[in-house]
Amino acid sequence: MSATTSSKKTTQFISRPIIATFILIGGLGLLILSLGLSIMYGAADIQFDTIWQSLIAFDPTQSSHQIIRGLRIPRGLAAAMIGASLAVSGAIMQGMTRNALASPSIMGVTAGASFMMALALVLTPQASNLIMMLWAFLGAGLGTGIVFGVGSISKSGLTPVKLALAGTAATALLSAISSGLAIHFNIAKDISFWYAGGVAGVQWVHVQLLAPITVIGLIIAFLLANSITVLNLGDDVARGLGQQTATVKITGTLVVLLLTGASISISGTIGFIGLVIPHITRFLVGVNYRWIIPCAAILGALLLVLADTASRMVNPPFETPVGTVTALVGVPFFLYLARREGRGL
Amino acid sequence: MLKINKSLIVFIILFFTILATLIISLNLGTMSITPTEVWDTVIGNGTAQNELVLFDFRLPRMIIAILIGAGMAISGAILQSVTHNELADPGILGINAGAGFAVVLFIFFSEGSGTSVFLLPLAALIGATIAATLIYTISWKDGVSPIRLILVGIGINSAFSALIIVFQLKMDPTDFMQATVWLSGSISGTDWRYVLALLPWIVVFIPVVFYKARTLDTLHLGDETAKGLGTSVERERMFLLFIAVALAGASVAVGGAIAFLGLVIPHLARKLVGARHGVMLPTAALLGALLLLIADTVGRNMLAPSEIPVGLVVSVIGGSYFIYLLMKT
Repeated sequence: MSATTSSKKTTQFISRPIIATFILIGGLGLLILSLGLSIMYGAADIQFDTIWQSLIAFDPTQSSHQIIRGLRIPRGLAAAMIGASLAVSGAIMQGMTRNALASPSIMGVTAGASFMMALALVLTPQASNLIMMLWAFLGAGLGTGIVFGVGSISKSGLTPVKLALAGTAATALLSAISSGLAIHFNIAKDISFWYAGGVAGVQWVHVQLLAPITVIGLIIAFLLANSITVLNLGDDVARGLGQQTATVKITGTLVVLLLTGASISISGTIGFIGLVIPHITRFLVGVNYRWIIPCAAILGALLLVLADTASRMVNPPFETPVGTVTALVGVPFFLYLARREGRGL
Repeated sequence: MLKINKSLIVFIILFFTILATLIISLNLGTMSITPTEVWDTVIGNGTAQNELVLFDFRLPRMIIAILIGAGMAISGAILQSVTHNELADPGILGINAGAGFAVVLFIFFSEGSGTSVFLLPLAALIGATIAATLIYTISWKDGVSPIRLILVGIGINSAFSALIIVFQLKMDPTDFMQATVWLSGSISGTDWRYVLALLPWIVVFIPVVFYKARTLDTLHLGDETAKGLGTSVERERMFLLFIAVALAGASVAVGGAIAFLGLVIPHLARKLVGARHGVMLPTAALLGALLLLIADTVGRNMLAPSEIPVGLVVSVIGGSYFIYLLMKT
């Protein structure tokens, strides 16, 4: 322990802009490449020049063109956006709360949104995508509201441990009610696939809903980056440097709600990206959130696009829920991180 | 002196509350039996039907609730003290998920052959042990740091939960439903065999934990301090973790993954009687038993005749209370 803490003191405040730049450029290239892969591979494999053809000379009579334009492209884009959103949400939460375990799933955001979606599946099974998304926002707000509400009402305020405890409690409570609904209304199997998370069946409608929210959310997140870096030094330090900590926290929380709510309403719960990617990103680029946030977005997008492609190859023609793929990919790295430093609560 | 008196009062109150809940719970159900009828049946003058309902359905179920409640609570208390982490419990560390995965695998591979209920506990126990061994091995690096342990536990938990979903989705709907209900934590359909299967674990291990209360006190002070006081930290930690896994595994085997009990109860117990394990552990055992007993009574009767798995009720009751607790402190 003592050896690691002393070495950490020297590495704690390092920022690595060169590596970060490399990640941004290389990651973007890889992301485009993996989007290409994700469009090529699936239940029906498609040649690359066919994809190119479908983009420059769309021929509605060809089924492969239809698959590409109607199914594969929106799916790939949705995966990229959701991956970026979840990773950035996680990065914001971990930065603001200085809590290595913070992530949308731990803070009750995911459980809240899932709970509302379960409720929506019971009450309004035929609802439109937009309505479903509004339900998810409501739910994300509810989950976060409980967690932050508890934290702010209590006298000692929002300590990291308390926040995580409140999140765990809210998550358990809301998931229990969701499971109860699932069992009572006999929709366990419908809800379950959605719970496991996936971007199968995403259409342009979803992409159109998701794109503006993701773009706006990511821009605000990037604008917040400097404040989060300062906030990560601790509330007292941040206040000492003249920061309006409350404003930053509220804005950050709203961005998380926006990004996570939109993502979950489209894909269901995809765990682990929001927890692991920020860790990986910090490990690579250091502590400056100006670099962390864009790099986390790229890496998150890359992970989810690749995971989604893999989920189609595991057990064809059946799909494996992508949330399980991200977990199985993310766990080993997370375990490595835990062994390496284990900087917890 | 005052502290001991206070704890004693807490013990007595809890004990009688459990007794009262037991009596009320015996009366409630699809077939309502009045207290006088219960008494008659207990002293041997009851009708055959009442005897069957009380002795073969309700009583074993309640005893199971008491045993699992105590087991899970103690398991959570050990894990929280040993990992120095208030978030630790068998659910969060992935021990329940490991047990659950083993059971789901078992249901999956024995499909059509009429799943044998007797082999489920064994499968769960093996799964829990594998999960715990993985957690311990992976977090071992010149000893096990508490924070590493919980981080690794969270990772293992995610992995097993993902695997559970993969196999669940490959099942046919009947098996799927069975697995879902079991994973939610359910103690319906228990009989005396389960009681006999679970009893030795609880009766053997819980006293051992009580005996180790002083060791837990020193471990809770932190590794350095504990070493300074002459405790062989790693060995004691390994032994106590083993007991926590055995208690959780045996409980999960019979009752499914009842989440949240091991997380909330130790907090409540500490609030009631303070952090000294000598008084905290017995309080936690009694509280866990009481909570599960109440939760099962509610689950049986709230939406009768359809049952709510007790694990869900625990999460709702425990979760709400815990949130209230967090606001107050």
